[in-house]
Formats: sequence, structure tokens, C-alpha cells
Amino acid sequence: MANMINSGKFKKAATEYLGLIIALVCLIVVFSLLTKYFFSATNFLTIANQIPSAVLIATGMTYILIIAEIDLSVGSVLGLCGAVVGTAIIKWNMPASVAICIAVLAGVLCGLFNGAVSLKWRLPSFIVTLGMLEMARGGAHALSGSQTQYLGNKIDFVASASIYGLSLPFIIAIAIVIFAQFVLTKTVFGRYIIAIGTNEEAVRLSGINPKPIKLAVFVFCGLLVSLAAVIDTSRFQSANPNAGIGFELQAIAAAVIGGTSLMGGRGSVISTFLGVLIIAVLNSGLAALGLRDEIKRLITGAVIVAAVIVDYYRTRIKVNQK
Amino acid sequence: MNSDVILLKIENVCKTYAIPVLTDISLEIKRGEIHSIVGENGAGKSTLCRIIAGLVKPNSGFMMLDGNSYNPESKRDAERHGIRIVMQELNVIPTLTIAENIFLTDLPNRFGYIDKLTLNERTEKLLEQIGMGDVSPDTKVSELGLGKQQLVEIAGGLSKQCKLLILDEPTAALTEPEVQNLFRQIKKLKEAGASIIYVSHRLEEVMQISDTITVLRDGKLIKTKPAVEFTLDEIVRLMVGRELEVISHRKTASSNNLLMRVEDISTPGGIKNVSFVLMQGEVLGFAGLMGSGRTELMRAIFGADSKTSGRIFVKDLNNPVLIKNPCDAVKNGIAMLPESRKEQGLFLPLSVRINITINNLKKLCRMPALIDTSMEVNQSEYWRNTLSIKSNSIEQKVLELSGGNQQKILLARWLFKNCDILIMDEPTRGIDVGAKFEIYKLIYELAEQGKGIIFVSSDLKELMTVCDRIAVMSNGSLIEIFNIDNWSQDKIMSAALSGYLKDKNFSNG
Repeated sequence: MANMINSGKFKKAATEYLGLIIALVCLIVVFSLLTKYFFSATNFLTIANQIPSAVLIATGMTYILIIAEIDLSVGSVLGLCGAVVGTAIIKWNMPASVAICIAVLAGVLCGLFNGAVSLKWRLPSFIVTLGMLEMARGGAHALSGSQTQYLGNKIDFVASASIYGLSLPFIIAIAIVIFAQFVLTKTVFGRYIIAIGTNEEAVRLSGINPKPIKLAVFVFCGLLVSLAAVIDTSRFQSANPNAGIGFELQAIAAAVIGGTSLMGGRGSVISTFLGVLIIAVLNSGLAALGLRDEIKRLITGAVIVAAVIVDYYRTRIKVNQK
Repeated sequence: MNSDVILLKIENVCKTYAIPVLTDISLEIKRGEIHSIVGENGAGKSTLCRIIAGLVKPNSGFMMLDGNSYNPESKRDAERHGIRIVMQELNVIPTLTIAENIFLTDLPNRFGYIDKLTLNERTEKLLEQIGMGDVSPDTKVSELGLGKQQLVEIAGGLSKQCKLLILDEPTAALTEPEVQNLFRQIKKLKEAGASIIYVSHRLEEVMQISDTITVLRDGKLIKTKPAVEFTLDEIVRLMVGRELEVISHRKTASSNNLLMRVEDISTPGGIKNVSFVLMQGEVLGFAGLMGSGRTELMRAIFGADSKTSGRIFVKDLNNPVLIKNPCDAVKNGIAMLPESRKEQGLFLPLSVRINITINNLKKLCRMPALIDTSMEVNQSEYWRNTLSIKSNSIEQKVLELSGGNQQKILLARWLFKNCDILIMDEPTRGIDVGAKFEIYKLIYELAEQGKGIIFVSSDLKELMTVCDRIAVMSNGSLIEIFNIDNWSQDKIMSAALSGYLKDKNFSNG
């Protein structure tokens, strides 16, 4: 009986991710055939070391999108948290561990602000986080004096640590994806956020207060962004106040490629992870083909639109089948 | 006064949605007459109006306008034939000005540039007519009160030359002087040769203004005759129908233990000082017309909307409980099945299982916050079987189920929660007859277990089948609570109408 349930679940999971995995494999095959350098361990390791911060941000964004909200401030908050790390180490002479803690606190506070303001005054999160996008970027520049702060080896212990060739950031990112997916599918909290995204009024009228739950999601997103900032700062060994520009759009794109609904109620962190991989492989492969940046962007954009259209038909078919 | 020229002839019009809404309606509207249509909720008044105005197409039957076949394709088409409608629901765009709203479909313009001068001139003339001469045509509609907004809409109806103006419940939000003003305009229109179809719950108004009155019941035309030949009592009697079926009533489970006492509830939405008690094992019905405040009252008790005053006692009849939101209500053992189950109750794209367990998840955790899947599956299966919810499995999406099964899912959610007081707002609306009786049976069983049930319904026969007592709301007030031995359809209907009468002494004849 237990086995049956498990095998049924496995089947369900496999079909859920099948489309994305096929797309990913196709991309890898195409690029491997077209270019000499793409299919190599070094290239895959490079990709694996590039994506952790994008994975963390896209995971937070997936949660936000599931409750039918949006967070446009993630890129700026990443810049702010990075600036906090740099400033704490360089100007305030703090040890890296303390600097990291302060940066995480900053990320959490930004999430708290986004959530609290939009919930308290019932404002669209689009507007509130748009404000935060400006404020956090301003804060990043104010803290750092608009200078990139070079940290050298003071913080590279995060990114340089590795197990079996996989970097610590990559392992952290994978662990967080698994944790977030587990919370989403197995816990009371996860169930609530899916229900809120589907029909918030129905949640309220069943005697559950949706506000603290939504607030927690904003805070969680802020927390993941601050972790991403620490990872990027460590990887580049420097804190750039302009870091993270456009990350919000990449994160939304990854979530949407993974089938997350912008209307709320539907999404999966694992699918989002596959979405991040697809974008990363696409970028890497197009670069290996030697395409110019503007062409790369044209193609990436087209892929995002195509993914949404495919998703539209996929959900369509499901509805019609019944 | 009436010419006998027939303007609009309606022959054997039928309309069926899931159930027949209009059956075989034949009616003549004479030129220059005010013809009122009255009937209970769901009698088919609005549908008939919509058919005439081109908003709805009849399934069969035909209409003749001025001796020619009349078969409007759309509202625009009907307007081209000189037939206009002002509908029950407000149909104005709040962000536009009064003038823009009235002339929205043909704004005077030069190459797309709006001719403001002409527009305002025309609007001023119209506003003068409906007694709003002191209001500027440039006022945004959102700045007006509800009654004034309705007047703007009526002004829109008057704006063009029309042969027939249909007013569907136009006075619901109007004050007395506004109503009188409206009546003067209607009479002016009539003198100018136009006909008016007038729909209202306010029977006194209807008697006052009409030349002819038609009574509809259950989609059938019961009687049409000159207004002077009707009495108020006769209209009420015809509206509810004489053929009183013998209704088999169950043995009551109501006890003498007070379960809940509600005192002096008032709301910003117009509920005025409502008080009542609910006994253990009792089914207390709430009757009333649309907009009489039943839903608003229930939402206020449940904490879904705010109250301006009132106290609620649950079990402990000395200390009132504080209910500021639905969480508080649930903590005190009160549950509510909302009026529109799809918008306010269900998670349509999610499974039966998730819909049943959503507010009981804490009972399904072995470790804190972690849902025990097998426990959840077992409980969902249990409730699906207990309430015989028909679905492929507990994993089927709720949007694929019938209305009756959807309602049972909501019921399962609250039974699982084990609430003592169940408020059901129109639980059988849009549900087929078989499922209705299953829900009645469930209600009986719950009552026998000692739960208190508040049952809001627009179907009088249903209330008289299911309930131990029936409270009647009218115009925001609780008029009277009837017992099984002193209720009748006439009495309940009279009470439901009484809040809209000036002379509150009118009662069951």
C-alpha cells in the first residue's frame, strides 16, 4: 500500500518535471553538438558555481508569486546586503561572520518592510517593492560611497569551500531548494500559502488569518536574497553597489518557465530550480556559440515567452481533459 | 387616459437556464401606460425585463413592437427600437463624470474631440428633470451617494427619446423625496406617450403609480389587471400562491438550552438593531427579500464585516464574546458557509482533500507543522464517505464537481472543525433537488446532535420544511420571528415586505 502510494507519487512527480527536464536535456544536447567546448566538466562546474544566488532569489520569488504577490526589490536588496557586508568589513573593521549576520538582518528587514507596508495599508506589493527597489539601491550607494569595495580573501571562505568539487554555495542552494519544496508540499505553512494564492477570502472565511502568513513569505524572500548577496560577495571577493540589477526579472522568468502562475496558487520550487538551470544553460551555450550579448538577450527573451505559451497550453489541456 | 393602442405584445415567451425561469408568458404593454411587474425573489421579473431589453434571448415565443416583429439582438439593438432599461445593479462608471456617464454611448464630439459645452448643456437639462439641477454635470459619479448614482442612471434612461422605459428596482436606494421626484418624471414621460415597465418590491409605490399590474410567480404569469382592481392583500396572496402544499415537518430537536444570543447588532451597511436567540438543536431560518440584510447580518455575526454595535453571547450568557474577525468566530465555535461558495468558500483548482482539511491541518500533524499525509487521506476519505460526496477520488479538483457536492465539501470542512453553531447562507442555491434533500437530511442530523443551525434562504417552502422557527428580515431590520404553529407563506411575505412600507401597520390580512 505504502509502496503503491510512493510509486504513484513518483510517477506524478516525474510527469510534473518531465517537460522541463526534456527541455533542459534538449538544450544541452543541441549546444554540445554545435560547439566543442560546451559539453565538459569544467563548463558544468562553472555553471554550477554561477547559479546559486539566482537559485536562492528565484526560490524566494516563487513563494512570493504563489501568494499572488510580487517582489521587484530583490536585485536592489541584494546590492544593499552586499554593500553592508563590504562596509562592515572595510569601514567598521568587523569580522566577516559578524558582517554576514548584519547583512542577513538587513535582508530580513527589507522583506519585513515590503510585507508589513503592503499588508497594513492594503497596497499592491508591485508598488511597495518598486519603492523598495529604489530605496535599497540608494542605501547600497550611500553605504559604500558608490564604490566597489574589494574584500580580497577576507570573505572568500564561503565561495571557495567545496565538497567533491561542488562549491559550498551550490550545496547551500540545493539544500534550500529541497527545504523550500518540502515546506511547500508537506507543511501546514506551505498548504496555507497555496490556499492564500488560490483564494485569500476563502482562507479568511475559514477562520485563518492570512496576514502573518503573507508577512512570513516576504521575510523569507528577504532572507534568501541576503544569503544570495553573501554568496555573490564572496564569489567576486568584492561588494559592488550596482550588483543585482535586473535580478528580479531573471527570478520571475525562472519561476514562470518553471510553471509558477503569476495569478498565485500554483508553483513548485523544484520547477523553478529547473527554470534557473535552463536560463543558465542557455546563456552559457549561446556564449559558447560566440553570439554577441544583444543576440543572447533576444533569444533568452523569446525562450521565456515561448515557455509561458507552452505552459498555457499545458494547463489548458489539463482543464479540458476533465 | 390610456389609449388602447398596444405598443409591445409578448407571446408565449419561455426562458430556461438549468431550470425553467419563465414559462409561457404572454403580455401586452399599451402605449402610454405604466405597467408594474411584481413577484417574489426568483419569480422571473428581471429575466422578463432583460428579454424585452435585448440582454437575454428567450428560448421560444415572440414579441411584436408596433405591430412589427421585434427580436432584439442586443441592448444597442433594443435601444435603436426605442426600448431602454435601467437595471437593478448600478451600471455607472464611478471614475467618469455624470455627463460622461449619461452620454457614454454617443458623446457629442468633433473628430473625436469631446464637445464639452453641448454635453454639459444636455446633461444639465436632464439633471433638472430628475431634480438634481443643483449638481454640476462635471461631478464625478463616485462623489455621489448611492441614491444619486441611481438617479444618474435613470437620467441616462431618459436621455434619449424612447417608446418604452424599463425600470428594474429603481428605488431600492432612493430617499422618499427622490422617489417622488422620479415618479413625477415617470408620469411626464407617460404624458409624452411613452410606456413604462416598472419592477419593485415596494408594493405601495407600485399601487400608487401603476395603471396595470402583473403578478409573476415561479416564472408563470399569474394575473394581469388594472391597478385599481387590486388590493395590497390580493397582490401578496397572488405572489406567494394559494396552493399551499401539505409540508411534512420533522420532529424538532430544539431544546431549551440557549446556544447563542445576539443583541442589537447594527452595521454600517444598514442592519438595524437585530437581536435573536438560537437554541441547541434548533434550525433557525432567515427569510427576506434580496437586499433585506440577511447576508450582511450573518457576515457581521461571523466577523467577516464590521459592526457598529452589538453583543454576541455563546454558551456563557453573562459574558459576551468578542468577534472582530472570522478567526474569533471560529474560536467560539461559529462556522459560516458563505453565500457565494465559489468566490468565498472554495479553492476551486485544488483537490477535495485540500478543501476539506484546510482549517483542520493542526489536527493532522504528528510533528508540529508537518502534515501527516496518511492521516489527511484517511480523514478526507472519511468525510467524503460520511457526506457521500460524489467525486472520482479525494484528489479530484473541486471545480469539476456539481454545486451540491461543492456545498457538501464546505459542510465537511466545518463538521471536521466541529463547530457548534453553523450559519448557512443560501446553502441550496443552484443545487439540484436530490442534493437539496441530502443537505436537509444532514441539517436534521446536525440538529439532533445538538448543534444550532442558522439557515438563510430565499425559498420560503424550503424554510418551512427545514426550520423550527423563521426570522423575517426586511430593510435591515428583523421584523418578526415565527413559530411553526403561527407561520404561513402570506404572513412571512407580508413581514418581508413590511420594512419597505411607510405604514408599518400593514400586515397579514
